[in-house]
Amino acid sequence: MSAFSAAFLPVLVRRERGSLAATLIAPPVALAAATVVNLGLYVLMGRDPVAVAYAMLLEPFLSWASFSEVLLKTGPLLLIAQGLAIGFRAKVFNIGAEGQFILGAIFASAIPVWFPQATGQWVWPVMLLLGALGGALWASVTAFWRVKLNANEILVSLMLTLVAAQFLNYLLLGPWKDPNGFNFPQSVMFQYDAMVPILIPGTRVNVSLLLTIALSIAAWILMQKSFIGYKLQVGGLAPRAASYAGFNEGWAIWLSLLIGGCAAGLAGAAEVAGPLGQLQRSISTGYGYAAIIVAYLGGLHPIGIVVSALCMAVLYIGGDNAMVSANLPIAAVRVFQGSLLLAYLVAVAFVRYRLEWRRAAYRSQP
Amino acid sequence: MNAIEFILAGMLAAATPFLLAALGELVVERAGVLNLGVEGLMAFGAVLAFVIVHHGGGHFLGFIAAGLGSAVLSLVFAVIALGFRANQVATGLAIGILGQGLSALFGKSYESLTVKGLPKLGLPWLSEIPLVGGLFIQDVVVWLSLAATFAIWATFAYTKIGLVVRAIGENPKAAHAIGYSVITVRFAAVAFGGTMAGFAGAYAAVVYTPLWADGMIAGRGWIAIALVVFGTWLTGRIFLGACLFGAVSLMGLAAQASGLDVPSQLLASLPYLVTILVLGIISADRRLLKLNGVASLGEPFER
Repeated sequence: MSAFSAAFLPVLVRRERGSLAATLIAPPVALAAATVVNLGLYVLMGRDPVAVAYAMLLEPFLSWASFSEVLLKTGPLLLIAQGLAIGFRAKVFNIGAEGQFILGAIFASAIPVWFPQATGQWVWPVMLLLGALGGALWASVTAFWRVKLNANEILVSLMLTLVAAQFLNYLLLGPWKDPNGFNFPQSVMFQYDAMVPILIPGTRVNVSLLLTIALSIAAWILMQKSFIGYKLQVGGLAPRAASYAGFNEGWAIWLSLLIGGCAAGLAGAAEVAGPLGQLQRSISTGYGYAAIIVAYLGGLHPIGIVVSALCMAVLYIGGDNAMVSANLPIAAVRVFQGSLLLAYLVAVAFVRYRLEWRRAAYRSQP
Repeated sequence: MNAIEFILAGMLAAATPFLLAALGELVVERAGVLNLGVEGLMAFGAVLAFVIVHHGGGHFLGFIAAGLGSAVLSLVFAVIALGFRANQVATGLAIGILGQGLSALFGKSYESLTVKGLPKLGLPWLSEIPLVGGLFIQDVVVWLSLAATFAIWATFAYTKIGLVVRAIGENPKAAHAIGYSVITVRFAAVAFGGTMAGFAGAYAAVVYTPLWADGMIAGRGWIAIALVVFGTWLTGRIFLGACLFGAVSLMGLAAQASGLDVPSQLLASLPYLVTILVLGIISADRRLLKLNGVASLGEPFER
C-alpha cells in the first residue's frame, strides 16, 4: 500500500464562485471531445475518418444550398430548445417536446386536410396559431398531472409522446390518409396558401425563421430582464425560498410547460406548413429530444442556445451528407448527440469545481 | 383458448422485461440515484444479445454480453453523475439517447432478422390445472426473474447489505460518517441496475419477440421507471405492477385476435395510457410516496 499511498489522486473541490471562463469554454471543449470520440468510433466501423469529418463538419458550410438547409433545421431546434430551457431553469423537466411537436403538426394540418380549398393570406398564420395551441394543449395534460396529481412530469410527458406518435399513425393510416396517395401513410399535399412563404429565394428557408428569431429575443427578455423570468429561476434554484417569497410553484410549472408546449407545437406546425407541405409519419427526426441537448449545450441561456442550435443543425445536415458519401448509418447522429451531451456534462463540472491533485494517503484519512 | 387463459399464460413472459429493468432501477433508486437511462440501457443490451444469438453464440452468452455491455454503459452514467456530480436527470437522458443510438447503429444490418426463442418449461402437476395451468409453463428466464424478485426483496428485508444501501439512499452524510463509502455503494448499485436493464433488453430481443427491429424496446424502460414509483419502492408491489403491464400489453393482442373493431394504434398506446393514469392515481396520495420514498433521491453527494 505504501507505493500506492504516495500517488496523487484527482479530487473535485467546489469553487467559491462559478467560473465564467469554464462556462464559456465548456461547450466547444465538449464538441471537440465528442468529435474525437465519434471519429474514433467510425474508424472502428471501418470508415475513413477524414471523409466522414469532411462530410459532417465542413460540407454543410461549403455551399449556399447546404447552408440554407442548416438554417432550415436550425428553426425547429432553436424554437423547441428556447421553450424547454425556460422550464429547465425552473427545474421543470418537460422531455415530451417531441409529442408536443407532433400535436402541433396535427393541429396545423387540420385546416388543409379538412378545407383543402381554403384560400387567402390568413391560412398559414392560423395554422401556426393552431399548432401552438395543439402543443400547449398536449403539454397542459402534463402540467395538470404534475400540479394537481403530483405525478412526475418526466414520465408523463414522455408517455404522452409515445401516445402522440400512435395518434399520428392512426390519422395517417385512417381518416387523414390521402385517398390518391398510392396507400402511403401521408396526408394530401397542402394548397399554396397553407404554406409559409419562402424567405430566401431559391432555398427552402421560410418566414418561420424570422418568427423563431423574434421568439428567441422574447425568450431572452423574459428570462434575463423580466420579473417573471426572475421568479421562475428562483423557483428552480431555491424552491423553499421562492415559496416563502410567495412565488407559487404550481404557477411556475403551468407557465413552463405551456411555453414549452407552445414553442414545440409551433415548430411542428412550421415543419408541415414549411419544408414538408403535408403531414407525414416522419415529420420529426427526433427534434424534441435533440432540443434537450441543444438547451443544455447552450447553457440554458437564450443566446447560447442560438449557437448550439446552429451546431446541432450542422450535425443533422452533416450526418445526412455522411450517410450518402461515407455510407454512415443515420443512427450515428443520435450516438453523436448522446455523447455530445455527456461530454458537455463532464466539461461543465469544471464551472463549479476545480481539480486538485492530492496524496491518496491524505484522502483516505477520516 | 379464451382471452383470460391467453393473458394468464403470457402475462409473466410479457411482464419479465418490465420486471427485470424495474428491479434494477429499484436498487439504483434505493441507493439514492435516479438513472433515467434505462430505455437506452435496455436497447443497448437488446442489440448485443441479438447479435450474439444471431451469430450462434447461444442465449446464455447473449444474456451475459447484454448484462456486461449495459453495465459498462451504466458505469459511464455513474462516472459522470456521481464522479463529476453532473445533473442526474440530464446525464440519464444522455445515456438514454446514446444507448438508443448505439442500438440503432449496431442493429442496422440485422433489421427484421429473427432468432430462435427459448423453450417453455412446465412445472409438473401445476401446469396441468385447467384455466390457470398456463401460468406454470414458462421459459427459464421467467423462473429466474421470479427468483431474482424474491432475492432482492429478501436482501432489503433481512441483510446488512440491504440496510446499508437504504441508509445511503436515505441519508448519505450519516452513512458516510459511520464509515460506509457512499460513492462505492452507489457505483455498485448503478452497475447492478445496468446489468438488469441489459438482461431486460436481452429478454425482449431474443426470447419474448425474437426479431430485431429498431426501437423495439418501445418505451418499456420508461414504464419500468414508472413502475418503481407505482410500487412505491417496494419489491412486491413492483412485481404486481409488472404483471399488470404484462397483462395490459397482451390485452391489445387478445383484442385484435378476437376481432374487436378498435384501431390497433389505440391498443398499442394502451400501456402508455395506463402508465399515465396509474401514475396520477398513485402520486395523488402524497403520503404514500413520502412513506416509502427515498429521501435523497437524485441529489449529488459531497463530503
